[in-house]
Formats: sequence, C-alpha cells, structure tokens
Amino acid sequence: MSSSNESIKKTLVVALSLCVVCSIVVSGAAVSLRSMQQANAEEERKRNILVAAGVYDASESIADQFGQFETRVVDLDNGQYVDWSAEQVAAWDMYKEAGNPENSVALSKEEDIASIRRQAKYATVYLYDGDKDGTADRLVLPVQGYGLWSTLYGFMALENDINTVAGLTFYSHAETPGLGGEVDNPAWKAQWNGKNVYRDGEVALRLVKGGATPGDQYGVDGLAGATLTGRGVTNLVQFWLGENGFQPYLNNLKEGKI
Amino acid sequence: MAKTKEVLVSPIFANNPIALQVLGICSALAVTSSMTVAMVMSIALTVVCAFSNLFVALIRNHIPSSIRIIVQMTIIASLVIVVDQLLKAFAYEISKQLSVFVGLIITNCIVMGRAEAFAMKNPPMPSFIDGIGNGLGYSVILLAVGFLRELFGAGSLFGVEILTKVTEGGWYYTNGMMLLPPSAFFIIGGLIWAIRAKYPDQEEAPEFKIAPNARASEA
Repeated sequence: MSSSNESIKKTLVVALSLCVVCSIVVSGAAVSLRSMQQANAEEERKRNILVAAGVYDASESIADQFGQFETRVVDLDNGQYVDWSAEQVAAWDMYKEAGNPENSVALSKEEDIASIRRQAKYATVYLYDGDKDGTADRLVLPVQGYGLWSTLYGFMALENDINTVAGLTFYSHAETPGLGGEVDNPAWKAQWNGKNVYRDGEVALRLVKGGATPGDQYGVDGLAGATLTGRGVTNLVQFWLGENGFQPYLNNLKEGKI
Repeated sequence: MAKTKEVLVSPIFANNPIALQVLGICSALAVTSSMTVAMVMSIALTVVCAFSNLFVALIRNHIPSSIRIIVQMTIIASLVIVVDQLLKAFAYEISKQLSVFVGLIITNCIVMGRAEAFAMKNPPMPSFIDGIGNGLGYSVILLAVGFLRELFGAGSLFGVEILTKVTEGGWYYTNGMMLLPPSAFFIIGGLIWAIRAKYPDQEEAPEFKIAPNARASEA
C-alpha cells in the first residue's frame, strides 16, 4: 500500500484531485457568501459617510441615519449637478464606472497625482442638512488614491464654509497594520477636523513629515514609519480637492451658483 | 474512552501547544489586546485545527510522503479561506479588526504541527478530537493573555468597562504597555513558569552548565 503511494501516477492523482476538491470548496464559499459580504461592505461605506460627517450614532440604524443625507451626482468637468432620476443617482458607482471608457477619462501623468489612472466623469457627493433649513451643513466627498500597497478609499467631509475639514475616514485599504494602517487611528483622524483646505485658491492641506507645527492651519502630522502611505494621503487629498477633482464644484457652491 | 478524554484534555494544560511546545506565539502577541478579538481568533483556530486534522486523517493512507506537507498546506489554506469568507459575511467588524491574522492561521505552526504529528498517524475521530484539544489549549492561553491585557491596558473586558479610567473621571491609570505586543511576551513567560511549577516534568534538562566565574588572576 505505502509503496504504491509513492508512484508518480499516484502522486499526480492525489495532487490533482485534492486541488479540484479544495477549489470547489473555496469558490463555493466565496460565491454563496458574496451577496452578504457586499451588503456588509456597503453598510460599512455608509457608516463611513456618517463618521466623516461627524454625525454617526452607533445606537441607531445606519440606514435611518443615512436617510438624512441627500445624495447628488456632480459633473466633475463643469462642477454642476447632473439632472438624473433618483434611480440613476443611486445606481451610479463612480469607482466601477472609472473602468468604463464611455463614462470616464484617462488622466495624464502630470494630472494623476493620486495614481488612480482613470476617473469617472461624474462623482457622487452626500449633503447633510441636520437643521433642515434647506442649506447643507456638511458636505461629504469621496476620495481615493494609491498609498504604499493599495488604493485607499475614503470620505472627506467639509463644513458649510467649503474650506474647513469636518472629518476624514478610510473604509477600504490594505496598508501595513501598525504603520500605514494607522490611517484608521481615531486620534490621528481627529487632527484633520478644523484644518483649512484652500490658501489663495490652491489646496494647501497636507501631511507634514515629523509633525506639523502647532497652529499650522493646513498641516496634519505625518504617520511615523509610513512615509509612502502619508504621501499617498496628501496626494489623494490634493487631487480630489484640486481642479481635476471637486474644486470647480466647490467654487460653484461658494459663489452660490448652484 | 479514557484515551479520547486524554487526547482532548491533555493539550489544554499538561501538553499545551503554546506553553510547552512554544508554537503559535506570533498570533498570541498580535490578537490578544482585546478579549473579543482573542475569542474569535481562538474559535477560528480551533475550527481550522479540528477540521484540518479530520481531513488529513481521512486521506492519510493515500498521501504520498513526497508531497504530504503541500497536501496538508492545501487543506489548511482552503479551510482558512472558508473561515475568512464566513467572518466577512457574518462578523464583518471583527474580520476588519483581525485583518491579516485570519490568513496567518495558515502559517500557524500548531495547525500544521498537529496535522503532521498526529493526524498522519491516527484515524479521523481521534485526530478531530486532538485538533479540538489543541485548539482549546491555544484558546486558554490566548484568553488568559487577552484578559490581563485588556483589563489592565484598557480597563475593560469584552469592551465593557470594569475599571473606571482616569480619563473618564475614575481612578484607574491605564497601563499602555499592556496594549503593546511585548506585554504578551511577559505574560506568556509568566504563564509558562506557572504551568511548569505545577508540572515540574515539563522542565527541560539544561543543555549546558555555566562554569563558575574565572578568578581575576587567571584573566
């Protein structure tokens, strides 16, 4: 018995059949659980919108709280809202559409500081009107960019002066735990609140290696041991708040054109 | 029956995989800063260890010895991926906290050590029980370390506050060291000392004797 086990034929048969069985088990689990995982990921994304806006309350359902937000789609080119039905707005996935040549533009090397290669023509923004007076109190913008190992996906919230940061969160990334992964550290994220974005029309907000000087309205402490992740975060903030990102839209808002 | 009990119980204290064999230390450092995470990791490892032992034992008479390690790895890796997918579907928050460590169960020496040392030579049922026993042995240490680290490091257990922290108007100054990985080393060292005090036969014979100090005149 044991000697026949060592023949080349037996070895190949065992290896092949084991691979087939294991791959069926693994892909079966992945396929059958996918819808639940996607629902979880979507809930996590919505929770991050709430956290970025600083209005998350863990004791209430995320769906209810998210209902207080108004979802709009912005044409990044001219900074105007698009005239779509609610279904179209809800169905728009700007990261998925970035891979669709009809609905996206390729970025040139100089433009593409966040290393995302392609960008959808329209982006989804979330408006929070807590006091229901018709004007949004907080504005949540999606941000995305490459760090060290992975693309970071997150949200940046601005106060209604369109210049003060209300919060920044990342809901998906694969940076090194303990180093770049510290972008999830609540103490670090809290530093962003109250910082200013624009100085003379340019995005001045950035991470400062070695720590921002106290009173620096545009600087956030860099993360120790995470120079490249930190650079990625600076780049993605500067890209998405810059002229290829939301700046035309934010200028329209400031000037009251929309 | 007596043997089954022996297989199940002996790895918990007398032949503990972490304390005696000093395996699986890496994850014991990484995931013990809170009880919830330590608990989920313990359950995940126990399940993977039990089922990998079961499947390896089922096909043990057909595994060519030249590829046996790869066969064991394939079985373990498949099980770990399934566990990871289940966590992502049913315990999303915890799976985010465990991040890479679920995947690292694949490289946990306890799982492969038991597959190679026990399941390759024993029938499926005893192997399955041996997997549970060793998983429980791992869990006991993980939970003990997690208990001490979370209680003294964060003043809470399972996220529920036990000792009121100074920062929240209480009296307890949190020990930040406890939340850092080195504290797990100290606690595991202490546990090994305690277990060996109870079972003195676990002490290894010294490999060499330290010579008495040379006299200054000889130097």
